Amino acid sequence: MWLAAALLTPPAPAGAQALQPYAVVGDAIPEPLTNARGDISRGRALVVERSSTCILCHSGPFPEQKFQGDLAPDLSGSGNRWSEGQLRLRLVDASRLNAATIMPSYYRVDGLTRVGALWRGKPILSAEQIEDIVAYLVTLRE
Amino acid sequence: MRFLGAIAAALLVAGAVGAAEIPQADRRSGYSFMKPDTKTMQDDDTANPGMLWVLDGETLWNRKVGSAGKACADCHGNARNSMKGVAISYPAFDKATGRPIDLEQRINSCRTNHQQATPLPFESRELLALTALVARQSQGASIETGADPQLAPFIAKGRELYMQRQGQFNLACANCHDDNWDKRLAGAAITQGHPTGYPLYRLEWQSLGSLQRRLRACITGIRAQAYDYGAPELVELELYLMSRARGMPLEAPGVRP
Ligand code: HEC
Ligand code: HEC
Repeated sequence: MWLAAALLTPPAPAGAQALQPYAVVGDAIPEPLTNARGDISRGRALVVERSSTCILCHSGPFPEQKFQGDLAPDLSGSGNRWSEGQLRLRLVDASRLNAATIMPSYYRVDGLTRVGALWRGKPILSAEQIEDIVAYLVTLRE
Repeated sequence: MRFLGAIAAALLVAGAVGAAEIPQADRRSGYSFMKPDTKTMQDDDTANPGMLWVLDGETLWNRKVGSAGKACADCHGNARNSMKGVAISYPAFDKATGRPIDLEQRINSCRTNHQQATPLPFESRELLALTALVARQSQGASIETGADPQLAPFIAKGRELYMQRQGQFNLACANCHDDNWDKRLAGAAITQGHPTGYPLYRLEWQSLGSLQRRLRACITGIRAQAYDYGAPELVELELYLMSRARGMPLEAPGVRP
């Protein structure tokens, strides 16, 4: 399914912000979700911030963070293992690559059940935040 | 045997969703994941903050309330005798409503029907104290919840909820508590989610809290809509979890980080 290039325009629930459309090519989203480039240092700050939830599951090169999760691969070397576009799709909707994954889809609003009122109709991260994090992950080359 | 029937029914309904259940021999209480000092706090009555609620519960047990002017003790005598081994079967089937009710709801049904008093709010100091008192009388006894065959369809519903992915994070209880209980979510041990210690004192809460409070916290944690206190779904989850913990000793009042 995800091997075919597809132009996705996810449905926008009433009152919710519309998601930026994006195209999946192979196992990647090659084009950025925003016009402005992601900011590496903002991306790092987001990844280590507990509220972004990454380090609940992942560990990585974040010596200042005492508590890191061990539910998921270490993020060190992500930039060696994956291209920018591959990392973008993993953040936007990891379940397209592995339907059984526990990694949340950070830029998706459809196909979810019983989302709490506070979060309903909103993606976990904004397009800008995704781009910042992708820009940072690309720099993780061990 | 009756219990096996309940489990079989549960498996039938839930069907293919299932991750493997944790084998009996590998079942571990949240207690076993804790640091030594927190374990000592639970084990030592003089250090366990939950005992303050148990003591309060004894006072309330003997206090006459409601328009019937009766205390719990007027019907049940000394809780140390009459409440022994009661908590190990909750949630239990309630004939009046035809549904399972948990220990808090049982206490409140005594208040409305027998004491003719207003029900105590969920998570109120009084309700937690009375629940802690009753649960404490089963400390060390093996959990038996689910033996009543009338509970089978409700256990099945609870299991379905447990297996269902939900919320903005799209996670099921089973994704953490069956598939990843040996791992850590940032600093926290995930545990197998056995409700052996409730009501329990949570250091993070700085208070005693009910199992429903804990479940609502996990549901909000995955950014799903938490069920209201007393909602049938929460009781069904409690029921499934308690039936899943059968054979494990009740620890109430427990302590958790
Ligand atoms: C609830 C758990 C969880 C959370 C939260 C989570 N991930 Fe993941 N992530 C995983 C798992 C598990 C994998 C392994 C691949 C899979 O399951 O599909 C993974 C894979 C990855 C990969 C590919 C790793 C590799 O090299 O193979 C990257 C990059 C990644 N995640 C980044 C992130 C970022 C950035 C965040 C936060 C914005 C995040 N993850 C949040 C569970 C999680
Ligand atoms: C993303 C992981 C995750 C999910 C999903 C999750 N939990 Fe939990 N749960 C935890 C963690 C971590 C703890 C340990 C307490 C803490 O530090 O927050 C916990 C604690 C518990 C406990 C208390 C165990 C004890 O020893 O006191 C119960 C019961 C429980 N969860 C049930 C559930 C149920 C039912 C669901 C689904 C509605 C659920 N959990 C979903 C991570 C999760």
